[in-house]
Amino acid sequence: MPLLYTQDLRREFGGVIAVSDVDIEIYKNSITALIGPNGAGKTTLFNTITGLDFSTSGRVFFKGEDITELPAYKITRLGIARTFQNIRLFKEMTVFENVMIGRHFRDTHPKIVKNDLLNFVIGKVYIKKNEKNIYDNSIKWLDFFDLLNVRDEYAKNLPYGKQRELEIARALATEPDILFLDEPAAGMNASETDRLMKTIKRIRDLGITVVLIEHDMKLVMNISDKIIVLNYGKKIAEGTPEQVRNNKDVIEAYLGKTND
Amino acid sequence: MENFIFVILIYTGIYAIAALGLNLVVGYTGLLSLCQAGFIAIGAYTTAIIMNAFNTGFWESMLLSGLVAALFGFIIGMPTLRLRGDYLAIATLGFGEIVQNVIMNWDSVTNGPMGIHSIPEPKLFGMALSASSDQAKPLWVLTIWIIAALSYYLIRRLIRSRVGRALEAIREDEIAASSMGINTAKYKVGVFIAGASLGGIAGSLYAGYSQAIAPLTFNFMMSIMILCMVVLGGLGNSFATVIGAIIITIASELPRLIGISHRIPPQLNQVLFGCILVFMMIYRPQGIIGRIKLNYAKILKEEILHTEK
Ligand SMILES: Nc1ncnc2c1ncn2[C@@H]1O[C@H](COP(=O)(O)OP(=O)(O)O)[C@@H](O)[C@H]1O
Ligand SMILES: [Mg+2]
Repeated sequence: MPLLYTQDLRREFGGVIAVSDVDIEIYKNSITALIGPNGAGKTTLFNTITGLDFSTSGRVFFKGEDITELPAYKITRLGIARTFQNIRLFKEMTVFENVMIGRHFRDTHPKIVKNDLLNFVIGKVYIKKNEKNIYDNSIKWLDFFDLLNVRDEYAKNLPYGKQRELEIARALATEPDILFLDEPAAGMNASETDRLMKTIKRIRDLGITVVLIEHDMKLVMNISDKIIVLNYGKKIAEGTPEQVRNNKDVIEAYLGKTND
Repeated sequence: MENFIFVILIYTGIYAIAALGLNLVVGYTGLLSLCQAGFIAIGAYTTAIIMNAFNTGFWESMLLSGLVAALFGFIIGMPTLRLRGDYLAIATLGFGEIVQNVIMNWDSVTNGPMGIHSIPEPKLFGMALSASSDQAKPLWVLTIWIIAALSYYLIRRLIRSRVGRALEAIREDEIAASSMGINTAKYKVGVFIAGASLGGIAGSLYAGYSQAIAPLTFNFMMSIMILCMVVLGGLGNSFATVIGAIIITIASELPRLIGISHRIPPQLNQVLFGCILVFMMIYRPQGIIGRIKLNYAKILKEEILHTEK
């Protein structure tokens, strides 16, 4: 069974059908790329899956559970993390703090008091234990991305490429089973993109399933196990990079219809 | 003269408590609320009504008033949660107006526009804290500022904890915060409740001290005045909020206290608050003192080192 799949997922905005009855299947430990022209509905598909947008109809299943109606924070807690097309870091917070927020719900002591208010009233002992875990785990993720040396910088002061990495670090700090990346290479130069490619592979090697939206075809063809192509909200093709590269519909969608 | 100072200190303390509560909502969490006067009114009327009807002591009434205001904070917080920015501000503004209207028209309970003028005098260690007595004033100052200090301390502890960290993330980017697994609704309603309960306690102290309340006191202008305190000192800085409360209270009470109020139109205050808000927004949006950015990583590190010692 796929780790995550959708059934006839649909999202309409007034008259615009942004996502049109899409079925996708994401298998564990794979890297899947979602491609398609601008406005194809890729981001909207991410949003409906991750709970930041409501679908008009259709369902989303994760680890066999129907998560269609769940709010974003619950979906994250189940093990789905994401980044955003227009980076959404906590700009006025430090690099370290950004990652700490990623661990906010993870390191609460499960057996003891989960309630913040009670914790606040009855004292600090348990909180401290949790907070130490948050501290240690945040350092672990900062280290994974080589961000330890800039940990006290404000997120907004990082160079663009580093901001993209920090956003991935923050998402991974939630310890997801599946990570959605929305155009992670956008705005990156060639060497940064190269680094990103390696990073994504490292993430996959941690046992995390990756789904990414990307326009950089070199990157997509290089790392994807599977490619899904959207156009006007519809899934028009899917398969291995080889299959997709030679698909007539895909070529048409990207180059426009040829008159023959 | 001494008396003026005491009276100023009393009002400053009361408003500081309400402003500290509002700062939690507006300053730390970034939710623009325009109904703090509504919660103050709820606190003041709860105290007045139950002290008269059930003969309860003032201090119990004060705690109960905080709880009742908190309940209303929950009631207004729940539906307005989905609203953002301007819409939230308008909804809270409406709530403040509704509170005032209900008080104005619910004659049998609130005595309508006349207000309640027979609030029993609070007692502290057997001593009566009557509004007319001069000896009671220093005691009032002390009591009110102890409560203000306690509020300050609790907020400080809250803000330095993981809760404060979550609130900061919500203020920075609510969507990103929710996709980090933070239950933003819970935290937003939570700060609404906390802010409302401090408003309620401030209102209760107002009723207890003045022993007479009328609905028009708790109008929209009072909400704006308290917002001014928060903005003037600096959003998201409790200390600055207290400074803001001191400045604004002195500025608005001074004419009355030094006896020149008959020469100044009462609307002058409103003009003053409006000017302060506009001036601050243009020239110093961060407030006189400004926000103090906590470094949560450092706080954590200190705490961890402290425990391991
Ligand atoms: N919040 C929204 N309101 C109205 N239309 C939207 C909204 N979000 C996306 N759309 C529309 O949905 C379509 C798909 O957008 P999007 O998912 O961002 O595409 P992509 O990420 O593939 O470039 C576009 O036509 C866009 O204008
Ligand atoms: Mg997009």
